Amino acid sequence: MARLVSLADGVADLVRDGDVVALEGFTHLIPFAAGHEIIRQGRRELTLVRMTPDVIYDQLIGAGCARRLVFSWGGNPGVGSLHRFRDAVQHSWPRPLELEEHSHAGMANRYVAGASGLPFAVLRGYTGTDLPRHTTNIRPITCPFTGETLTAVPALRPDVTVVHAQRADRAGNVQMWGITGVQKEAVLAAHRSLVTVEEIVDELEPVPGQVVLPGWAVTAVAEAPGGAHPSYAQGYSVRDNDFYRAWDEVSRDRDTFRAWLERHVHRTGAAA
Amino acid sequence: MSARSEPGLRAPQSRTNGDPVSEENALAAWTADEMMTVAAARQLRDGAACFVGIGLPSTAANLARVTHAPNLVLIYESGCLGAKPDRLPLSIGDGVLADTADAVVSVPEVFNYWLQPGRIDVGFLGAAQLDRYGNINTTVVGDDYAAPKVRLPGAGGAPEIAASCGEVVVIVRQNLRTFTERVDFVTSVGYGSGPGDRERLGLRGGGPRLVITDLGVLEPDPVTRELTLTSLHPGVTREQARAATGWDLAVAERLSTGAPPTTHELTVLRALEATKHGSPR
Repeated sequence: MARLVSLADGVADLVRDGDVVALEGFTHLIPFAAGHEIIRQGRRELTLVRMTPDVIYDQLIGAGCARRLVFSWGGNPGVGSLHRFRDAVQHSWPRPLELEEHSHAGMANRYVAGASGLPFAVLRGYTGTDLPRHTTNIRPITCPFTGETLTAVPALRPDVTVVHAQRADRAGNVQMWGITGVQKEAVLAAHRSLVTVEEIVDELEPVPGQVVLPGWAVTAVAEAPGGAHPSYAQGYSVRDNDFYRAWDEVSRDRDTFRAWLERHVHRTGAAA
Repeated sequence: MSARSEPGLRAPQSRTNGDPVSEENALAAWTADEMMTVAAARQLRDGAACFVGIGLPSTAANLARVTHAPNLVLIYESGCLGAKPDRLPLSIGDGVLADTADAVVSVPEVFNYWLQPGRIDVGFLGAAQLDRYGNINTTVVGDDYAAPKVRLPGAGGAPEIAASCGEVVVIVRQNLRTFTERVDFVTSVGYGSGPGDRERLGLRGGGPRLVITDLGVLEPDPVTRELTLTSLHPGVTREQARAATGWDLAVAERLSTGAPPTTHELTVLRALEATKHGSPR
């Protein structure tokens, strides 16, 4: 059964220096509050895994938490570039960032393999692109039944996966709905998991399209209302598109970014 | 690049004299980007299933859906199948897409069950660089992957969209930076290095059928697979198109001129664009 913890305790206990960490949420339900707590607690040498690094990893990369990034699309959706990500790749600021680069289909299948307890996944993907030349974790494989050449990618097994959801009950059963992305697979692929939720309730009322993660499959649950902002939680909030647009300017300059981080992350304590 | 994003190929009409702007005057003020979006929207057949990237492809697909193709099935990689947004989403995962979709599925499902088996008719993609065989780069600019001149967002869903959709439509502004002899990085395969490459690679989708730009329309030659200019937007010359292309651009013998945007297309497009500003409430 999942433990109910504070966000600060959950991050302190479950996210460690040097870990392979996946913060998932496909545009929707991105665990920003947990990301900020990781920055506040000064985690270092992380391998950050995420299909779409988004603004959340731009912040973690700019804050110096990451050594390596495993990803498939590193932009600010609908806006443009992630400037902290670009600065790290192009100018090693604030430190060099190793990349392991995939396609969405490849990343999704890597989580599926991890959740399934398999060493790798098979897909029709990457063929003819330059990605396999730079990512050694993309290999051809021959189908034993048809002889067809397909592509294999290894399972992702994060040390810890962090996701945000709408609700949990007191037993730590987690309920999410709307765009649920790859969160279920990312949680089940991980050795440990932390789920932040909009609210903890006595009973989970069924919602159409819901995904439920049983409490016994989750390590810890922390209440973090608004914890997806500027991403959103369907039924609780809408995506703050203005923030995403404004981030372009904030993140473009190192000093402006640092000032933003100081004011909006470091000086803002986690809910105890 | 005379046409790019300038307010109209003819001089925009003054609106300061108090006269009502006539329909013709409103038409005179369409931009090259509007022409490109309208031209792309017209290419989407009603009832087709279309895998839509964010930005220009999403705008064009939504324009098609509210004009001539009400049964166009919009598929977003966030898992929204059959989304019918009443405003333009900023991201592929805005709530309006999930709220209006026929079904919302997981990301592994959208790629494995829907895209991979070839269920999707049209893949609608943008590009940072495009070469004469329709190969697309959205990864890095520069020769050295480890030390790129410009780090771009990367692949996202594009490699498999380009491989598996029945056909691909590319929408991209035409200029020397984008239209390059060779892309610095092949993120998504068009026709590789020429005829037979898609078949050799085992790519099951048909590849790029059209490239729609702010200057005109390019189509692959049926034999050589080389992108060929087949249509110009009104007011654009073939010399402009060739000058905006980083290789010796082939021009079709029968080069046509596309129809300008209709008042209806422009009105709908501008109403859609207006919904992009500010956060949804």
